[in-house]
Amino acid sequence: MNFQIAMLLGQDGMTNGAIYALLALSILLVFTVTRILLIPQGEFVTYGALTMATLQSGHPTALVWLLLGLTLIDCALDVWGAARTTHAFRFPKQILFKLGYAGLLAVLINTLPLAELPMAVQALLTLALVVPLGPQIYRLVFQPIASASSLVLLIVSIAVHVSMVGIALLLFGPEGARTQPFSDAGLELGPVTFNSQTLWVLAVSLALIIGLYLFFERTLYGKALRATAVNRMGARLMGISPTLAGKSTFLLAALIGTLSGILIAPITTLYFDSGFVISLKGFVGAIIGGLVSYPVAALGALAVGLIEAFSMFWASTYKEIIVFTLIIPFLLWRSLTSRHVEEDE
Amino acid sequence: MMNMQAQPHPTPHNQVTDAVLEIKDLSVAYGKVEALSGASLTVGKGQIVTVIGPNGAGKTTLLSAIMGVLGSRGQVRFDGSLETLPEVEVMVSRGLGLVPEKRELFTSMSVADNLLLGAFQRHRRGDRGYSETLGEVYALFPRLWERREQLAATLSGGERQMLAVGRALMAKPKLLMLDEPSLGLAPLITREIFRIITALREQGVSILLVEQNARAALRVADYAYVLETGQIAMQGPAAQLADDPRVIEAYLGLASKHQEMLAN
Amino acid sequence: MNPRYLLLALLLVVGVAPLLLPPYYVTLLNYIGMYAMVVLGLVLLTGVGGMTSFGQAAFVGLGAYTSAYLTTTEQLPAWLAWAGTSPWLTLLVGVVLTASVALILGALTLKLSGHYLPLGTIAWGLSLYYLFGTLDSLGGHTGVGGLPSISLFGLKLDKGEHIFYLIWALLLVAIVITQNLLDSREGRAIRALKGGQVMAESMGVNTFRSKMVIFVISAVFAAISGWLYAHTQRFVNPTPFGLNMGIDYLFMALIGGVGSVWGALLGAGILTMLKQWLQDWLPHLLGNTGNYEIIVFGILIVVLMQRAPGGLWPMLTRLVPVRFRVRAQAQKVDAKAAPLPRRQLPKHGELVLEARNVTKRFGGLVANNDMSLEIRSGEILALIGPNGAGKSTMFNQLSGVDTPSSGEVLFLGKKINGLNSREVARRGMSRTFQHVKLLGNMSVLENVAIGAHLRGKQGVLSAALHLDRREEAELLGEAKRQLERVGLGDYLYEEAGSLALGQQRILEIARALCADPCLLLLDEPAAGLRLKEKEALGILLSRLRSEGMAILLVEHDMDFVMGLVDRVVVMEFGQRIAQGLPEDVQKDPAVLEAYLGGVE
Repeated sequence: MNFQIAMLLGQDGMTNGAIYALLALSILLVFTVTRILLIPQGEFVTYGALTMATLQSGHPTALVWLLLGLTLIDCALDVWGAARTTHAFRFPKQILFKLGYAGLLAVLINTLPLAELPMAVQALLTLALVVPLGPQIYRLVFQPIASASSLVLLIVSIAVHVSMVGIALLLFGPEGARTQPFSDAGLELGPVTFNSQTLWVLAVSLALIIGLYLFFERTLYGKALRATAVNRMGARLMGISPTLAGKSTFLLAALIGTLSGILIAPITTLYFDSGFVISLKGFVGAIIGGLVSYPVAALGALAVGLIEAFSMFWASTYKEIIVFTLIIPFLLWRSLTSRHVEEDE
Repeated sequence: MMNMQAQPHPTPHNQVTDAVLEIKDLSVAYGKVEALSGASLTVGKGQIVTVIGPNGAGKTTLLSAIMGVLGSRGQVRFDGSLETLPEVEVMVSRGLGLVPEKRELFTSMSVADNLLLGAFQRHRRGDRGYSETLGEVYALFPRLWERREQLAATLSGGERQMLAVGRALMAKPKLLMLDEPSLGLAPLITREIFRIITALREQGVSILLVEQNARAALRVADYAYVLETGQIAMQGPAAQLADDPRVIEAYLGLASKHQEMLAN
Repeated sequence: MNPRYLLLALLLVVGVAPLLLPPYYVTLLNYIGMYAMVVLGLVLLTGVGGMTSFGQAAFVGLGAYTSAYLTTTEQLPAWLAWAGTSPWLTLLVGVVLTASVALILGALTLKLSGHYLPLGTIAWGLSLYYLFGTLDSLGGHTGVGGLPSISLFGLKLDKGEHIFYLIWALLLVAIVITQNLLDSREGRAIRALKGGQVMAESMGVNTFRSKMVIFVISAVFAAISGWLYAHTQRFVNPTPFGLNMGIDYLFMALIGGVGSVWGALLGAGILTMLKQWLQDWLPHLLGNTGNYEIIVFGILIVVLMQRAPGGLWPMLTRLVPVRFRVRAQAQKVDAKAAPLPRRQLPKHGELVLEARNVTKRFGGLVANNDMSLEIRSGEILALIGPNGAGKSTMFNQLSGVDTPSSGEVLFLGKKINGLNSREVARRGMSRTFQHVKLLGNMSVLENVAIGAHLRGKQGVLSAALHLDRREEAELLGEAKRQLERVGLGDYLYEEAGSLALGQQRILEIARALCADPCLLLLDEPAAGLRLKEKEALGILLSRLRSEGMAILLVEHDMDFVMGLVDRVVVMEFGQRIAQGLPEDVQKDPAVLEAYLGGVE
């Protein structure tokens, strides 16, 4: 192990660690606000990466039809809900916006010269396609069972993950994909060469974390989400509905996941089923953070990335065992220090 | 021969021209237990109405049912329109505020944040006038202004109560419901809280006050209801009830004392 | 309908199936049988015990690989050589090994609370899986082949139809063992794990031990399933022991009905058939190109959980008319059962419980300040005070749920502050709860029998083998006696959840009495009761007092308290502000002020 190799491994570790940290934050957010463990978090990553790859290759991705389909179901439920209330029937105007959005994307995807678009536009299109899936999944899957037991929520979360993997296979095929790096330059600082994509990942992750921090600290909507996590009843009494909170967190989770996917797609080849293992590492970070503390979760996830990179070098066959066995002492520590409340279910 | 049968007194009720809240035959059942049966009450605009009664009488259940936290049978008419199935978020948007028994503060957030969140729905609607309301709340509770950056968890009992009330006021409610505001508070602080409740009435907020501290509640209220094991046992203008020995009986179970007083 | 009839019906079906069905279906049924064995363990662990485990597949792997290694390795070390000669011996080794590993993993995992527990099971489940795949001695990812088939009495079970009988016989034995276990003293302790731990501990149940018991049993079931799998396939590789299968087992448990033994079988059957059906028919319906099965599968699970979160077995039982329904745990009391030995009650008037200067601080808040009180046998003491006075906190200090910051609590002359609630129960103090803590789905009789937990000794093995019947009859007989003593003798076999609140509160008292205490702590027993129910309660308590019991009541209801108790202690703001006879306390101005409110 010389300095050169250590630096390379370190870069690898930091890059992966940054992504794991983002995912850890997202998982923590969803959990504290909704009690749901978002197992499908990793799927947003793969969807982001593979959609980007599809766009870059010039093919109009079939994902837009999934979006349209889910939007139609969503709007149908809106109309059904409006018809069933005892008040006078009020046509839900938001469905015009939703249908318009999906329709517009369908048109754009199929008419624009996708491969020639600047990378930023491709990224925007990817986000526009994948991110709405988050709140839609919340609405269709989790909203009806918002008060179910944690076991049921967990099982349903897993079922959603399973379906999303299957849909990914359908939409993107079994082959892996890599996208083009954002820029070609590297950065040389003395004996160390920084890969440009690494810099992009770190920069965007940092920006995202800062953005999220500002959102939660400075805006009323962010504070409302925090409030829901701290005291659900208190939040309801302020008029913050759990449904709104749920959809918002899922929107954020989808945003973070998709962005992460776009960021690492140039570095790692992702397949339709890569999402699970990636999100699992994010979970490890969240656990280290005790399922409550954001900074500790982020640092923990970063550490996981570094440990993974270095054990890749020394004991690559045992890499996974090391990472997963390391959770157990943390789990124990966390569980013993947090107070246990008996769940009367 | 004189008719020895006493004529039934006409049931008093809260006669108001403009009712902000009207409840008819409200009942709540927890599985087997009827926590509330057939409760009816009225709160007029600009009134302080109090519901007193011993612990376990169903006072918190009453407020929870009106707010929509609990399911109920019966009629709830708020601000003129009938709510068939009250839902918390909807009631808040229509101008109903509740300061619950447990306060439900956001303990890990600052005093200022707690207050701002009270204006969440106004913010959503685009009503930015809440910064003015914030100023008014701070004027009402100077101690909150002093502690505005501190976490809610560090506040004393009385300050927490003030924060809970201030937070509810941020939404500029038409009717504010308070669940046992004096709970766990020292007499001095209780006095201050009740002074503020009276001040609120001056500002045009109608108040439904649920209390265990009957004396203080009857002192500030216009009209009072006594709730006992889920039913309204007595009602009348607060001043009248304050002198009624039956109220004492409802609290301390002194049936014998009542006979004693009747005999004298 | 007796559950044994269901078992017999199943036996018949199982008996004829391989003779009538084509080999494809027999193989399918073999898999369903093996899966059901694992899911049975999950029902016990997750459904009854409330602990979600993703790691059962890893235990299956342990059982399979142990057998694979021992039966195929040519040069076994001398101390192990005997084990490689027959699959039955490897079964023994596999079970012992799995149980040992389960004991270790359980000690770590079971201490985890809430969401950490399932995550913990994922952690070691994945670790074990990767271990199977990396160890060269286990064949790495390619696995181990050429396992011998099992021989039963000289008959080689190498065909699907033959091993079918072994699989299903073992499964049925496992079902019987599980039902026996749940129907016993240990079973009641296990059933109290979900939603009743605080209550169970206060009755003397060691909940950690109960958790360990079901953890190890479910691991053993999984190991046996693994052994069967290894010798059916005659080939083992890591794939079926990973997280995917662990998730599938949970799906099976939830589809079938995670709380019921038969749900395990139903769930295993449905999931396996569903997967087969989707694989066979979806390509015809939707075209050959796509991998639609897992998409449809996931959606179906979501829809099922939205419609029937309790699983399909409860839904099916609801369709059956009431007369034919299986009466769960229809245990009848044996009238000939001998009465249990009773504790010597202290003499009338003797000091039973004493609190000396008990103070409890929560951070900066002083919930109890220098509280002292005494209770003597043959008297009822009421602890009253307005809301927030600190009565519940005091109650917890006295009953061993919490430890005082300073001061002492002496029970029968010995210090008890700092002891856990199990130990306190053992010494003769029993309690009820402010919010009734009953197991709603259990019968009244069984709920009360939990109170007698410490008066029994029979453990897991005798329960599983149904050797505990005599003690069980005695325990249930005691429960019946207490129920008759409190006036609920007509409700023995009703579901506890169906009783009126007043009756439920009296049930709690019967349960507390079942522990044969000399001091009863009652937490707001009259709350939410109607007038008649309060009268009945008052009569019962008077009777208990005259029999020599010491009783401490925390109450709000003045009418109830004043007519019944001997002495009253009044609290406000954590302190004692008055004590004495009810009449005196009622006239005390400090008390009046505390209750009616301060004067300006």
